[in-house]
Amino acid sequence: MSFLSVGHVSKSFGGPPVVEDVSLDVARGEFFALLGPSGCGKTTLLRMIAGFETPDSGVIAIDGEDMTAVPPNLRPTNMVFQSYAIFPHLNVFDNIAYGLRTRRLPKPELTRRVEAMLATVRLEGMEARAADQLSGGQRQRVALARALVRQPKILLLDEPLGALDKRLREQMQVELRLLQKKIGITFLLVTHDQEEAMSLSDRIAVMSGGKVLQVASPRELYERPNCREVADFIGEINFFPATVKTVNAEDVTVNGGVLGVVTLPRANAPQAVAAGDGVLLAIRPEHVRFAASGETGVAGEIVAATYLGERSHLHVKLPSRRAPVAVSATAPQEGSGVQLVFPPQRLMALPSAD
Amino acid sequence: MKRHGLLAYALFYLAFLYVPGLLLPLFSFNDSQFIAFPLSGFTTRWYAGLAADGAMQQALANSLKVATATALLSTLLGLTAARAVTRYRLRAKGAILGFIALPLFIPDIVLGIALLLLLAALALPLSLAGVVLGHMLVCIPLSMTVLIARFEGFDRNLEEASADLGENGWMTFWRVTFPLMLPGILSSLLLTFITSFDEFLVAYFLSGGSATLPVYIWGQLRFPERLPMVLALGAIILTVSVGLVALAEVLRNSGVKADKRRVGA
Repeated sequence: MSFLSVGHVSKSFGGPPVVEDVSLDVARGEFFALLGPSGCGKTTLLRMIAGFETPDSGVIAIDGEDMTAVPPNLRPTNMVFQSYAIFPHLNVFDNIAYGLRTRRLPKPELTRRVEAMLATVRLEGMEARAADQLSGGQRQRVALARALVRQPKILLLDEPLGALDKRLREQMQVELRLLQKKIGITFLLVTHDQEEAMSLSDRIAVMSGGKVLQVASPRELYERPNCREVADFIGEINFFPATVKTVNAEDVTVNGGVLGVVTLPRANAPQAVAAGDGVLLAIRPEHVRFAASGETGVAGEIVAATYLGERSHLHVKLPSRRAPVAVSATAPQEGSGVQLVFPPQRLMALPSAD
Repeated sequence: MKRHGLLAYALFYLAFLYVPGLLLPLFSFNDSQFIAFPLSGFTTRWYAGLAADGAMQQALANSLKVATATALLSTLLGLTAARAVTRYRLRAKGAILGFIALPLFIPDIVLGIALLLLLAALALPLSLAGVVLGHMLVCIPLSMTVLIARFEGFDRNLEEASADLGENGWMTFWRVTFPLMLPGILSSLLLTFITSFDEFLVAYFLSGGSATLPVYIWGQLRFPERLPMVLALGAIILTVSVGLVALAEVLRNSGVKADKRRVGA
């Protein structure tokens, strides 16, 4: 029994569906991310889980209880808004204590809980600070504390780090992950930043056009994307159109155009693949290597090189192919003519986009 | 050369706007029945006369009652309407707003006569309550204009955050919406109060036996010897009006500035 269960949920705002037949299962204590470009429906899905929007169809259940028709103020969820939505007329203490009023706690208990939460998010001594005297990072912490002090079953985070500069964002990512480990609450994060989703989450649902394309761990998404869109969205990748020649239990042989005829492990191709199918061969830049002496590769020419310290990022132009191949190399290559090798065990065959 | 021309134009413009207004307090302290230069000496007897004028005070009381009722009712209705147009996805929002704003563009004299005919048709007596209803037609769109701007200036996530933190709609209104709207609400109250207090035509048609202050002043203009007293009254109204409008503006701007600070933070 999953902790948060989203079953066949759809939503439209009068036009085409914004969320279309989405089903998800999130386990208790999991750090789960909804990842996708803007407009993919991830925020609408989050808002339906919070109760701000009602699904047109489908069911949302939390901890075994049907929440579909429950208003937001009665749901065991709390949200960190993208804008943080810090109450501008209240100070830090009153912002954090806001959601405790309905709990009717005695005053000392209320103060104790707020103080404890201030310590958790490292804002000790800031109780009396007015909302407009807080930095971006502090506002983010107040929003977090205000939500967590209610001890929600699920904490919802809507692009919580989007408004922060890069350095602070990276620091807050680490803090957020440590905090989640410490308090053990289920976190549901919405983000368009794949690095953020990868570094924080136990599992990620990649969304596009209102649908969930793949739900998997960060590693699996990177190494075994199930379609072109996921492969393209998570990190950088090179695609080569190819045609399947033969399929057997051990391996799949394809005609890979500029790559020639390649035989790759069966596990690197989709379940349903059959001889004659069009597929896309995909390979990450760091898996493309230069040919050793005496080895034959695909001849190409380096057209752009970016030095990134430990590695260099290269664009290699192949004859008879318009898009250059992205290569991530450790050793700089002398001269501009190179021979590229595409190791078959690193090539993934993806369903070709119809 | 060109700049001097523009400066002269600006000065002339300001004089044209404000000098007639300044004549009112000036002559209200002039010790003569006749409104003419040269001034004949300083006196406060016109003001003393006002203090002793029972009919005037009754009219003032009527005006204060009407303006207070108009301000409170218009702002309450304006607040709910402004919230609806800014917070909900309404069909035909433009048409609704247009219809609500229409009375602003109907000449007051048409409005006054129309309302008079309506009351007659319904066989309702003329009263101050009728004046309040007439004034509300004009004041609700004014109030909405002020309040819609204010609602648009605040993050709707704030109300959602309140719901998310366990408060129902009513408590969310009192704990978040109302305090944040307060500068706008005060500004709307002042604006509608002044509008109602100064209004003549609708009040003239609908007030019946109980005159409001502008209607009373109109009646007094038939008696030349009472003109300086009317000037004194006008001077007082002018001062209070300008004071209230200035206060409303300060409140409105302080709200806007606070918002800007928040956005910038």
